[in-house]
Amino acid sequence: MEHFALWLSAFLTLGILSFLYKDNPWYKLSEAIFVGISAGFWFVTLFWDNLVGKFWDGWQDEPMLFVGAALGFLMLLRLVPKIGWISRWPLAFIVGATSGLWLMNYLASNIMVQVQATIQPLFSISYASGFDAGWGAIISSLVIVVGTFTGLVYFFFSKEHKGAFGGAARVGIFFIMITFGASFGYTVMSRMSLLIGRMDFLLGDWLGMIG
Amino acid sequence: MRQEIPLLITAIVGIGFVIQYFIPHWPFGKMSDWFSDWFSIVGACAIILGALNLLKVSIEKTYRRKEDWGYAAVIIASFLLMTIIGIAEGRGFRNPGTSFDWLYNFVYIPLSATMFAILAFFVASASYRAFRARNFEATLLLIAAFFVMIGRVPVGHTLSSFMPIGWQLSDLASWVMTVPQAAGQRAIMIGIGLGIVSTSLRIILGLERAHIGGGK
Amino acid sequence: MSVRTKELIALGVISLFALIFYLGKVWGWGTFEFPTLLSFIVMAFIGLSLLWILILTLKGRLIERRVVFVYVGFAVALPLFMSFSQKITISPEVYQLHEAIMELPAGSKVLISFDYDPPSAPELQPMAESIIRVCFERDLKVIVMGLWPQGPQQANLALERVFEDSAILAKNLQYGEDYVNLGFQAGNEFVIQRMGSSFESMFSSDYEGTPYREIPLVRNVRNFSNVDFSVNLSAGFPGTVEWVQIAVDRYGLLMGAGNTAVQAPVMYAYLNAGQLEGLLGGMSGAAEFEAVAEYRAKGTKFMLSQTFAHVVVIAFIIIGNVAFFRSGRKSKLKGN
Repeated sequence: MEHFALWLSAFLTLGILSFLYKDNPWYKLSEAIFVGISAGFWFVTLFWDNLVGKFWDGWQDEPMLFVGAALGFLMLLRLVPKIGWISRWPLAFIVGATSGLWLMNYLASNIMVQVQATIQPLFSISYASGFDAGWGAIISSLVIVVGTFTGLVYFFFSKEHKGAFGGAARVGIFFIMITFGASFGYTVMSRMSLLIGRMDFLLGDWLGMIG
Repeated sequence: MRQEIPLLITAIVGIGFVIQYFIPHWPFGKMSDWFSDWFSIVGACAIILGALNLLKVSIEKTYRRKEDWGYAAVIIASFLLMTIIGIAEGRGFRNPGTSFDWLYNFVYIPLSATMFAILAFFVASASYRAFRARNFEATLLLIAAFFVMIGRVPVGHTLSSFMPIGWQLSDLASWVMTVPQAAGQRAIMIGIGLGIVSTSLRIILGLERAHIGGGK
Repeated sequence: MSVRTKELIALGVISLFALIFYLGKVWGWGTFEFPTLLSFIVMAFIGLSLLWILILTLKGRLIERRVVFVYVGFAVALPLFMSFSQKITISPEVYQLHEAIMELPAGSKVLISFDYDPPSAPELQPMAESIIRVCFERDLKVIVMGLWPQGPQQANLALERVFEDSAILAKNLQYGEDYVNLGFQAGNEFVIQRMGSSFESMFSSDYEGTPYREIPLVRNVRNFSNVDFSVNLSAGFPGTVEWVQIAVDRYGLLMGAGNTAVQAPVMYAYLNAGQLEGLLGGMSGAAEFEAVAEYRAKGTKFMLSQTFAHVVVIAFIIIGNVAFFRSGRKSKLKGN
């Protein structure tokens, strides 16, 4: 069984990789299996962990879970075209809940805390480390303030980017380009890592050529 | 009715979460707990709906013998295989040694991992064909990418080991990531945050109705 | 000979080689490792062929994309046969996470959320293994969960790998007392929100179906205030962003993160703001954590391939740009 399992995994891995040569039936077969298995995986996991684990096991302690179950049932009615419109109710619930939660979370964590973290004292005095004001730290703090502020200026499109405002926006775009460059570098790193993982499987687990 | 009730639901739930942020006590705390519980169940049903819809579309395609219907049949077969095995195995379906776990390890993992791994090839190809220092901004982007790519792997240390500590390629990569990159990232983050806050507010107040099938 | 015939022959040859090597594995041929000289020859060959590509490109011909694919394949595969020792420099954010875990007193409860799936496993699985290992070495209690359905199974794989180590096995750690896998729950960030008031409401049982109240390790864990530290291993949404927004900023949980390299840059803003107690980014982050934890595993092993891949991509960028400037910035190169 172990041999079959390894060969099956290798067959499917190579099937997906064969797309690099061109679109072909081997790739399409592997892709179809992936779609089916993936959907089945989600279905089973949600059935046991959520519908059974959360709702069925929990409704005795918390009868209000029935409201959630009712909303979930209404969501499934989307499969019935004539009364599919009723699925807008649970959809409205999802959108409303997400909006309410995100509104405060983003305001607090991604705006307020970030603004606060940007405007830091250049010369930090703490009871633990005493007076700390290295040139490197001061310059880095200033770069962060300038980068964040000018980056935001660049995103402000209600005013024409001219004069001092335009100059600030231009500095902002430089910072954003550095950000994109770093993101690109990290994306390359990420994608290569995934490929290394598959090569390790093919050459190691399957063919046993590497340790 | 078709518009008003969804609007009301959106507003009540949205405002409930906002109030709960400031007053996490009864009744708002309890309300938020209920909403979170319900969201979990509705979210699960939404994903199950997606899976069932895939099944419906694939059955239709196979039944009508549309183009590539054979692959649709494979989707149905593999979906049913995974589902039947998973349901039959009960609560411990993902325990090591179960058939579900076997399918996960030897079918799901290789397929999903390889599907994303092939992007490595396309990233390299795009780097060769499209990544050009056309102007100063693009050059900055290239330089940042260079420092990060070389500084985050051991060769960066080897190439710059003659430099004093703090000025080696790995140190520069670290500085780029934690200072100018973080500054740009923070500007983007605040910008996106402002966008999300304003859009959320519009949705809760009923000014944005696209999700319930309505325009302005 | 038709194209189809050539393709079938190529497929047959590849299958034959695969079968030979597989039988070799079964017969106990052992692994292959390039001698140093051969490694240098391979590197020189790759370097020279890249030079040849540069010359071709300068002549105005872009090489076919499949040739680039072959280079990437070799750049990633060949170093797996090499055994150069490399010095891994440890970033401050990696030190920070390691220190945060090391400072926890024995018996502290660490919540590890596995918010990723198999595609991201090459980056995050080595992190998971070394973090769990450090926790067990320090006699910390580990509570595992997942906001992604694949998370709990990835956690099982990591735990299995950690228990292969005799030193960890000798500790005779008990499931339910020293570590527990709570499984997956749907609801994304709402799961975190609800855990702020009650873990049990989201995880009424562990992944095997044992009721929450019957698990000794978590019986007294009501919410985040009963957890001493947390690590989030994330590959996207829901993940570190949501954990920071809710668990860290609202409920005051101390948290470190391990992220795929794709999303790690975003997290530096959180790290800089003190919302994260350390960050591991991508495979290099995993390798650095292994180095600081003195546990050499897959993260370290793969760094040579990672290095080669980066060098090849940089080489292709340079080649493309040299041609671009030579052509008077017109970039009208032919190719497919």
